[in-house]
Amino acid sequence: MQRTDRRVGIGLALLGLTVLWSARSFPSVPGQKLGAGFLPMIVGAGLLLCALALAARSLRAAAYAGAVDAAEARREHFGSSLVIIATVVVYILFAERVGFLFIAPVCLVAIFLALRVKLSHALLWAIGGTLIVHVAFYKLLRVPLPWGVLRPLY
Amino acid sequence: MDAVVTAFGLVFQPYVVVVILLSAIYGLFVGAIPGLTATMATALLVPVTFFMPPVPAVASIVTATAMAIFAGDIPSALLRMPGTPASAAYTDEAFLLTKKGQAELALGSGLVFSVLGGIFGVLVLIVAAPALAEVALKFSSFEYFWLVMLGFTCAVFIAGSDPLKGVVSLLLGLLVACVGLENPAGAPRYTLGNAELTGGIPMIPLMIGMFAVSEVLRFASTVDKPAMAIDRPFGNVFAGMWGLVKKYPLQLIRGSALGTLVGALPGAGADIASWMSYGMSKKFSKEPEKFGTGHVEGIVESGAANNSALGGAWIPALVFGIPGDSITAIVIGVLYLKGMNPGPTLFVQNPQNIYAVFIVFILAQILMLPLGWMAIKVAKQILRIPASVLMPLILLFCVVGSFAINNSMFGVIVMLVAGVLAFFMERWGFPVAPTILGVVLGTMLEEHFFSSLIKADGNFLVFFERPIAGTLGALTLLIWFAPLWRRVLRRQRVEAAA
Repeated sequence: MQRTDRRVGIGLALLGLTVLWSARSFPSVPGQKLGAGFLPMIVGAGLLLCALALAARSLRAAAYAGAVDAAEARREHFGSSLVIIATVVVYILFAERVGFLFIAPVCLVAIFLALRVKLSHALLWAIGGTLIVHVAFYKLLRVPLPWGVLRPLY
Repeated sequence: MDAVVTAFGLVFQPYVVVVILLSAIYGLFVGAIPGLTATMATALLVPVTFFMPPVPAVASIVTATAMAIFAGDIPSALLRMPGTPASAAYTDEAFLLTKKGQAELALGSGLVFSVLGGIFGVLVLIVAAPALAEVALKFSSFEYFWLVMLGFTCAVFIAGSDPLKGVVSLLLGLLVACVGLENPAGAPRYTLGNAELTGGIPMIPLMIGMFAVSEVLRFASTVDKPAMAIDRPFGNVFAGMWGLVKKYPLQLIRGSALGTLVGALPGAGADIASWMSYGMSKKFSKEPEKFGTGHVEGIVESGAANNSALGGAWIPALVFGIPGDSITAIVIGVLYLKGMNPGPTLFVQNPQNIYAVFIVFILAQILMLPLGWMAIKVAKQILRIPASVLMPLILLFCVVGSFAINNSMFGVIVMLVAGVLAFFMERWGFPVAPTILGVVLGTMLEEHFFSSLIKADGNFLVFFERPIAGTLGALTLLIWFAPLWRRVLRRQRVEAAA
């Protein structure tokens, strides 16, 4: 965790500096010294200070190294998580063009397979799930889910 | 009185009753599946409540969360896996009872004391909220400013285990709240020229991302699969419960009172209430040595605490618009969407809606007994549903739900970014609750700070001049500086000893 804390600290410090720098350009409230930049300035300065404190603490803690990190001790693998993130990105990029009824089952199958569900079950759940969500949101709640390539037929 | 009669009329309509029953089943199901939390249940409900009138919308959330917090006890006892984080404190205890052949006692005490604790929390809510609203009607921007500050302080210093990381989480939330046009100068901040960002980061997709998508990602990254600890039909789960009530009345009241109080503190919810109550139960028990061996006393106290916390969390949410926990943070968003803007005026202008919420709260607790009993009966079947099938379907629901709020893909983008952020925050030990509080209260903080500043004409001492504002301010500063003061005292003591 200490190494992670240091890395996160660097990221937070950069974010803090960016926020501080950006806060200068916001206008003030008429008749007041402070304005739209005040809260971002507090946030930026706070992030910077916390980042320094986090880095200092992790360096101090590194001297007592040896304790096993709970998060690192847990058995984890990130492949499936990455597939999930990638699938949602694909949905965001292509849902309007391809249409919900096509892209949703494809995305679902990809995630099911990443989670080691059998292909036959994955296909069944993907089609069933898509149809249920389509009926619930498009038919009952009238959410305009994208039709995509099916638009001319609808 | 008219408002109470109207409220009964609002609740006891076929549509609302059906919504309550369906939400109860949904809450029990979500709570019983490990990895699906009560907050996630709320976040997933929001896109559906979006299309409902105010009373059934709020009723569905109240019912689902109450049921989910109880149902979290079921896999605790059967799989040694808490269904929701609120059951984690006594998971080992419940599982060991099951191992000893007393699954009925573990599950029955979870159910009965959830109901009793829940009713306690609701009664406090019913008495305290209108009384506090009377006082809050006299509040000015100074009091609200300090209330928000006190809320942030509680979330960081009292609710979290690592205040430094809590502050970072809070600042990230405030940064998210900065986005958009809604600031004292009306200037576009961090909008990157994007028209959708001028309205700020949409709250509901953000919550769905932080509480649902992050859980899906977390599930996908863990490998361990638990085994069922019982392979026989359940007996009578209510047997011996009256005996427990008579044996542990103090534990019941203490757990419920602590739960309600912790629930009312911003940022701390049912899970923290449960841990604190379990610790307190062990500390004051006549048989502390039995804790950790399958002893029911801790389940009685913390089982009551986590359900009473739910009612407690609604007190600051309804009266001040300050969420008591993550669930009410989402609820506040829903209340705004439904035109039931939280604040003391809600009790004056729309008392029937508030009374309807109270009625639903009581109804949910009463319904929990039969429905909870049924959930226990079918628990083994529910727990056989593989989470690897549920999680992708939940993700699809999240995607469509986030889209549905504004019928825009922007919501889905916000959901994904928030989900990934919350996933990594949890991994790196940063609590999510202060972030949510920052997002929900950032605009309110800025607004009240600037109105106060204009009234005070730049003199910060005026922030402490009104009695309630001064007390709240002093309390906030006291919590900030207490750790520093403690450290100085400790150093002095060490030096004196040397």
